[in-house]
Amino acid sequence: MSKNLNIVIAGFGGQGVLFTGKVIAYAGLIDGKEVSWLPSYGPEMRGGTANCSVCVSDVPIGSPLVVTPNAFVAMNLPSFDKFIDDVTPGGVVVVESSLVSKQTDRTDVKAFYVPATKLAEEHELQGLANIILLGKLFKETQFSSFEALEKAVAKCVPPSKQHLLEPNMRAVKLGYSL
Amino acid sequence: MAERFLMKGNEALAEAAIRAGCKHFFGYPITPQTELAAYMSKKMPKIGGTYLQAESEIAAANMVLGAASCGIRAMTSSSSPGISLKTEAISYMAGSDLPCLIINVQRGGPGLGGIQPSQADYWQATKALGHGDFQVIALAPSSVQEMVDLVAKAFELADTYRMPAMILADGMLGQMMEPVEFDDNAEVKKTEKPWATAGHGGKREHNVINSLYMMPQDLENLVNERFARYEVIKQNHQMAEEYLTDDAEIVVVAYGASSRVSHSAVDMARAQGIKAGLIRPITLWPFPTDVLQKAAKTAKAFLTVEMSKGQMVDDVKLAIDCAVPVEFFGRTGGIIPTPDEVLAQIKALAQGGAD
Repeated sequence: MSKNLNIVIAGFGGQGVLFTGKVIAYAGLIDGKEVSWLPSYGPEMRGGTANCSVCVSDVPIGSPLVVTPNAFVAMNLPSFDKFIDDVTPGGVVVVESSLVSKQTDRTDVKAFYVPATKLAEEHELQGLANIILLGKLFKETQFSSFEALEKAVAKCVPPSKQHLLEPNMRAVKLGYSL
Repeated sequence: MAERFLMKGNEALAEAAIRAGCKHFFGYPITPQTELAAYMSKKMPKIGGTYLQAESEIAAANMVLGAASCGIRAMTSSSSPGISLKTEAISYMAGSDLPCLIINVQRGGPGLGGIQPSQADYWQATKALGHGDFQVIALAPSSVQEMVDLVAKAFELADTYRMPAMILADGMLGQMMEPVEFDDNAEVKKTEKPWATAGHGGKREHNVINSLYMMPQDLENLVNERFARYEVIKQNHQMAEEYLTDDAEIVVVAYGASSRVSHSAVDMARAQGIKAGLIRPITLWPFPTDVLQKAAKTAKAFLTVEMSKGQMVDDVKLAIDCAVPVEFFGRTGGIIPTPDEVLAQIKALAQGGAD
């Protein structure tokens, strides 16, 4: 993969938006890519909308602020509405369709609708809807090697929560299988 | 090579300061700088240092004055409104020839302004970080790795020249994560501080740390001596990165976050056949006049790009003695300019030159 990925992940605070971005950035780092991770910060982190920009690139990253993403994960409706028109033509869009009832009328992007919260409940992966979406994003963009993604998940799950490592990996694989 | 790992700019600044031998941190929380203080609060007790959350920014800066008087590497950090509160103590430290590190993770202003990234404290950092005739060393990193590298540099310069040093960052650099590596074998360069008020054991005359001089001639002599030191710094410590400037007709000048945006814009301009280049000041004071003068010999125009209403643009004009036009483009209030916006400015300048 030589394509440079400029990713926006957006949703409510608490959905794991920033964590998802961190896993992607770490996977890129483990693969030896240039990476950056830039969160939105401030009052919107408390129950409002949160988003983060992640760049994975073969060359040094200029602006870490992604204005026109070529990959976009929308975890709620306000985020979907806010960023969908900014996605570059040919870009990948992964939508949490349990929470976003709309579909885009754009035909120049590759949109995938994943009912991640519903799937998480069905597979006893409560709280890991974001990681299911991550698995789907990985399938559609190959932002890193699978080995790097596994290592990145292991790195990002804190030592005190190692019991969550297995469900996280299961969530990645579930997303990948869709 | 040490392992590269992801770290927020604010946390990287804190870790770098600890590794550079900073033993005492005095702070007060403020967005978007708080992770720095939080990191210090976790780490300082483990290394036998001090993390102290003061009752205000003013108190924190005066505690730095106290610690620095004892010859200890001390620092404080804040964001724009908090830095304004610290300026009294910073002036006193400059007037007492005390080395220290102050970090400003800038946000929008004036007043409480906003909490999004800004570069609107350039004037404050380079012209008047408090009252009186003085400068502070002002360093402007543009990546998380450079934040790490410049912390040790700032402490060393401050110690060598006995003056406060500032790292002028911004909310974007403070909040973003990038890969960093730390040199585990890095040697902490320490300076002897025979002037410190750290106890004399009855073996020498006691030292005095003071910034009050009632006789004008004494004060003038001291300020003159200080400015002679500033000249040495200007001669020896200008730092800037030059990117594609050798044949550049349009030279963009930008530091910190806006230099990253400008770097992308220069690449886009080159892809369209425009001879654009970038000069990125790393030292804002001393201002890197030498590389600007060199570039002015071949450039048709300069463009400063800032997250302010244009605070560095005058320094660029002075550096090149207005030899070629110096234009300005910026966004302010917490808005980061986009590469496309900067590219449009470069293109307009390039077309203007062809007429």
